[in-house]
Amino acid sequence: MLLISCPNCGARDETEFHYGGQAHVPYPENPDELTDREWAEFLFYRDNTRGSFAERWLHSTGCRQWFNMLRDTVTYDIQAVYPMGAPQPTVDPDPDDEYGTASVAADSTTTGSSGPSISGTDLGPVDASTAPKGATK
Amino acid sequence: MADKLPEHPDFLWHNPDPKPSYDAIIVGGGGHGLATAYFLAKNHGMTNIAVLEKGWLAGGNMARNTTIIRSNYLWDESAAMYEHSLKLWEALPEELEYDFLFSQRGVMNLAHTLGDVRESMRRVGANQLNGVDAEWLDPEQVKELCPILNISDNIRYPVMGATYQPRAGIAKHDHVAWAFARKCDEMGVDIIQNCEVTGFVKDGNRVTGVRTNRGTINTEKVGLCAAGHSSVLAEMAGFRLPIQSHPLQALVSELHEPVHPTVVMSNHVHVYVSQAHKGELVMGAGVDAYNGYGQRGSFHVIEHQMAAAVELFPIFARAHVLRTWGGVVDTTLDASPIVGTTPVENMFVNCGWGTGGFKGTPSAGYTFAHTIATGTPHELNAPFALERFETGALIDEHGAAAVAH
Ligand SMILES: Cc1cc2nc3c(=O)[nH]c(=O)nc-3n(C[C@H](O)[C@H](O)[C@H](O)COP(=O)(O)OP(=O)(O)OC[C@H]3O[C@@H](n4cnc5c(N)ncnc54)[C@H](O)[C@@H]3O)c2cc1C
Ligand SMILES: [Zn+2]
Repeated sequence: MLLISCPNCGARDETEFHYGGQAHVPYPENPDELTDREWAEFLFYRDNTRGSFAERWLHSTGCRQWFNMLRDTVTYDIQAVYPMGAPQPTVDPDPDDEYGTASVAADSTTTGSSGPSISGTDLGPVDASTAPKGATK
Repeated sequence: MADKLPEHPDFLWHNPDPKPSYDAIIVGGGGHGLATAYFLAKNHGMTNIAVLEKGWLAGGNMARNTTIIRSNYLWDESAAMYEHSLKLWEALPEELEYDFLFSQRGVMNLAHTLGDVRESMRRVGANQLNGVDAEWLDPEQVKELCPILNISDNIRYPVMGATYQPRAGIAKHDHVAWAFARKCDEMGVDIIQNCEVTGFVKDGNRVTGVRTNRGTINTEKVGLCAAGHSSVLAEMAGFRLPIQSHPLQALVSELHEPVHPTVVMSNHVHVYVSQAHKGELVMGAGVDAYNGYGQRGSFHVIEHQMAAAVELFPIFARAHVLRTWGGVVDTTLDASPIVGTTPVENMFVNCGWGTGGFKGTPSAGYTFAHTIATGTPHELNAPFALERFETGALIDEHGAAAVAH
């Protein structure tokens, strides 16, 4: 069972959360202009990364807020927790471990503690694209 | 001590070094890769081919699954594919000259709600129209076939009936792989273990070789049979697949006297159970929610399926978990496989069988071999093309096929 640090509530069992799949997938800007191929990409294609993967989680039986997480899909190590709308933090790849336990870059705000700076309402640096605050990208 | 050990039995296949070049290379030495190689050699006379496996044969999902074989899928395309597979299962022990303990002990899919009942009856009707043996059982008939099932209404989701496919059953998965491997080897197919594909050589958009940890190997054609790792290989080749890889877990109990005569699956309380030939109770359920390549999952998933099992089979309350494990399954959003051509010339893909591809091993191999040999899909796998995610002609077996195994 994963132990997930909700940015609002702190460390809780995985059973309190719902998985939301790949993070940072914006809704199409111009839906009526999409080709069938582009619709297929939006609806059915997601990255299926082996290694460090940015994904959305919902703390469904806690604060009911969405947040993003960087997790290694091989070791399942949680590398960073960060708010919706914040850019994906970078992780330093560990040279000793191909898929491994990369550490969070020092300047990242997102080590999974429940400090107020990463609560659900303070989105921190917002992604260049146009999603509204709290949108589930 | 060593002199007391029996002679090592004959090896079932050799372990050749890779040749510089092949007519076709199959990536992945699970059931699907081996079955594909077998049918390429047998049906299409292609014997200058190799199966490359990064680990050991059947070390992926092939020898981790719960071995349920059935063909009672809802939609015409699936029923045709899986029924073709079931017919091959019925013929293969003789054809491969290997008794891999295919046991047609029947599979029951329980209904616990009015919605389940309607869905199940609809599926029985569709199955019968497609020539798939399927029946509807009321609770008393369920009890008659499987006396250890609790059909009383004192449980949270009482059994309201079941669909039953008598020809369905289980087999010994590792032996299935070995049976295919031995025949492949006899026909001249190179089975190469510990050979990981790390990239592809392309001439423009045409694949001409594979890079491996044992050197570059030239080939006319490539068939991908990498199950949970299909996305990783597609990415190396320069295209995307609509696949998400999830952990799928299973468990066995200690050995028991034979108590469970059939296979019981419940989508609603979510567990499926059979009893292996040796006597273990074999159980599984759904995938872990998160993406994962770790061949392990979270314990609450195991706990949940055991709770469901004990509710349905009170007699299991005193059994113990002996072992749990996980595989990496390649799920699609319509719960149907992808078998066909790819955007890369001379590269073909068989994947997306997700949680239920053991039963499809023979027909995957049969149709994928046809696709690789002729360059065009067999009529059975034509609907399972990658293009369906663009055309919208999905084959939605979610729920429709009872439970996804
Ligand atoms: C716990 C569990 C229970 C299941 N229960 C059932 C069931 O009851 N009924 C059913 O029908 N199905 C079931 N399945 C699904 C079924 O096991 C799979 O759909 C099926 O085995 C997939 O085909 P395969 O055997 O070829 O896969 P695998 O055995 O996974 O073969 C893929 C192979 O590719 C290799 N590979 C990957 N990358 C590379 C590379 N770069 N180079 C070389 N080789 C590579 C892997 O090592 C692996 O051996 C279950 C699966 C699991 C995990
Ligand atoms: Zn929370």
